[in-house]
Amino acid sequence: MKYQGLLRHSVLMATLTATGVSHAAAPAPSLEELWQVIQKQQKQIEQLKSKTQQTDAKVEATGEILEKQVANSSGHGSKGKTTIGGYGELHYNNLEEGDGDDIKEIDLHRFVLYFGHEFNERTRFVSELEVEHGGVQADGSTLDGEVEVEQAYVELDINDQLSAKGGVFLVPAGITNETHEPPTFYGVERNPVENIIIPSTWVTGGAAINANFSNGISADFAIHSGLEVPTTGGSAFRIRSGRQKISNAKANDLAYTGRVKYTGVPGLELAATLNYQSDISQVSNDGADSATLLAAHAIWSRGPFTAKALYATWDIDGRAIKAADGDKQDGYFVEGSYKLRSDFGVFARYNDVDGVRVQDEFKQFDVGFNWWPTEDVVVKVDYMDRENDNTSDRDVDGFNVGIGYQF
Amino acid sequence: MKLLTIFLLCLATTAMARGTYQEPANFVNDVFDNSPPAASRLWITKPLRNSITKILGHKPDSLRVRYWGEGKKTAWILDEIGKEKPITVGIVVSDNKIKRIKVLIFRESRGWEVRHDFFTNQFKGASLTSAQSLSKPIDGISGATLSVRALTKISRLALYLHQQTPFSHDSP
Repeated sequence: MKYQGLLRHSVLMATLTATGVSHAAAPAPSLEELWQVIQKQQKQIEQLKSKTQQTDAKVEATGEILEKQVANSSGHGSKGKTTIGGYGELHYNNLEEGDGDDIKEIDLHRFVLYFGHEFNERTRFVSELEVEHGGVQADGSTLDGEVEVEQAYVELDINDQLSAKGGVFLVPAGITNETHEPPTFYGVERNPVENIIIPSTWVTGGAAINANFSNGISADFAIHSGLEVPTTGGSAFRIRSGRQKISNAKANDLAYTGRVKYTGVPGLELAATLNYQSDISQVSNDGADSATLLAAHAIWSRGPFTAKALYATWDIDGRAIKAADGDKQDGYFVEGSYKLRSDFGVFARYNDVDGVRVQDEFKQFDVGFNWWPTEDVVVKVDYMDRENDNTSDRDVDGFNVGIGYQF
Repeated sequence: MKLLTIFLLCLATTAMARGTYQEPANFVNDVFDNSPPAASRLWITKPLRNSITKILGHKPDSLRVRYWGEGKKTAWILDEIGKEKPITVGIVVSDNKIKRIKVLIFRESRGWEVRHDFFTNQFKGASLTSAQSLSKPIDGISGATLSVRALTKISRLALYLHQQTPFSHDSP
């Protein structure tokens, strides 16, 4: 009874206080009146709960609509149907040549824009427009560069496992030909093996299929325009000079490229490419006939350490090219790198190149570092020492500095 | 020609690249033995937005994140762009460590290797350090750098978001 009295008194006080009624202003309400007040308040609480739930539902609905609008936004952008990207690199070369000629240059080596468009989930367009060495004048004079389409192809997914593409694309050979954005490799300049032996960036026109096996093996096969290697002049039989740029490219003799790649273990990549062309000069009976390129590489990354090795060799038939000692052109490099921090790494690379020209036969050692202020921007510094196999006049040593980006 | 046809047929039956490997709803069902709890939502308030931006390197493009939680376990379906297209990943965090990670939908034209168990198994047991990095190194895949980066970011994000839920014993 004592507690019931206390309870009644407490409820009475709280109710009177809440309603602003004083003891002096009105007589004490009965229990029945108090019960009605409590019932009324309970009803208000239920109504507030319901309103809160409704508000939550409205906020959720608004969130869903906003997210759908973002997801369905058309036009360019990472989630739109048309995408834009690019990369570029500026180089400073400070090199001394054996014959006394120095190279001290600042060069906008590459400025590249990507444009891609997704027609539907299974059909897309990929392109890459490149301006090299600062571009060209309208009449082709003064500036030492070029503007070229490096990729422009339509890719079609035949099913979830197999895709085909047609147009202008990169030959699946070596390490840097397909993946050459500056933040992805060490050294201001690309390695010389994938310049002189594998003529990166090696662009071609044709058709290709790609498949990826579930055990980490992928396969590519392409039929495409071949090289048109010159047989006379200062660049006779030079592989790199045979690139046609897909500008009314001669297609008398098509080329065939196949590649098998294994990436079934994290950090490991093994790949081999075979390229065949029945006439590497596109002219019959001129002394430069069928050619076969075999290229193989391995990449092994474990924690901060990465090792790369690549070997490529051309075997070319023909009396004239044999007489010029160009029937076998090959080269290799080995590279080790170590990331001291996530944004800073050092590397050393040894290259041995045996091309056809005097200046294309040398051994070269590179050492330097990359610093990534953000993951898609890189600053590079390296020292190179090239020792020519034929004459010390063609020796080159000095340092390079570069800045590159991708987006 | 016959050999080429046989080769193509073999590829068509054995290869896997782009595509949906598991529907997100099925992933959640698997995680909770076919009786998942009701989905919860984590609204991305300003402090969360700042932390998520640091982890992803860009602002999140959603207002909230849906997840499923039970005991000390949460399951997340998250998207992150590799090079051009979002990769959809299912992640289970338990006791503030990654218990399971699976690429559910892969839309990129390169970097498909990240979907394989030989790669995703590396994330198991990883937790978040005070610097919001993963507690163990992840070996990358050459030529799939951007996809590897996307999965690493998603893993860090899932661990961070887990800490913001009532299902983490470190929950604030």
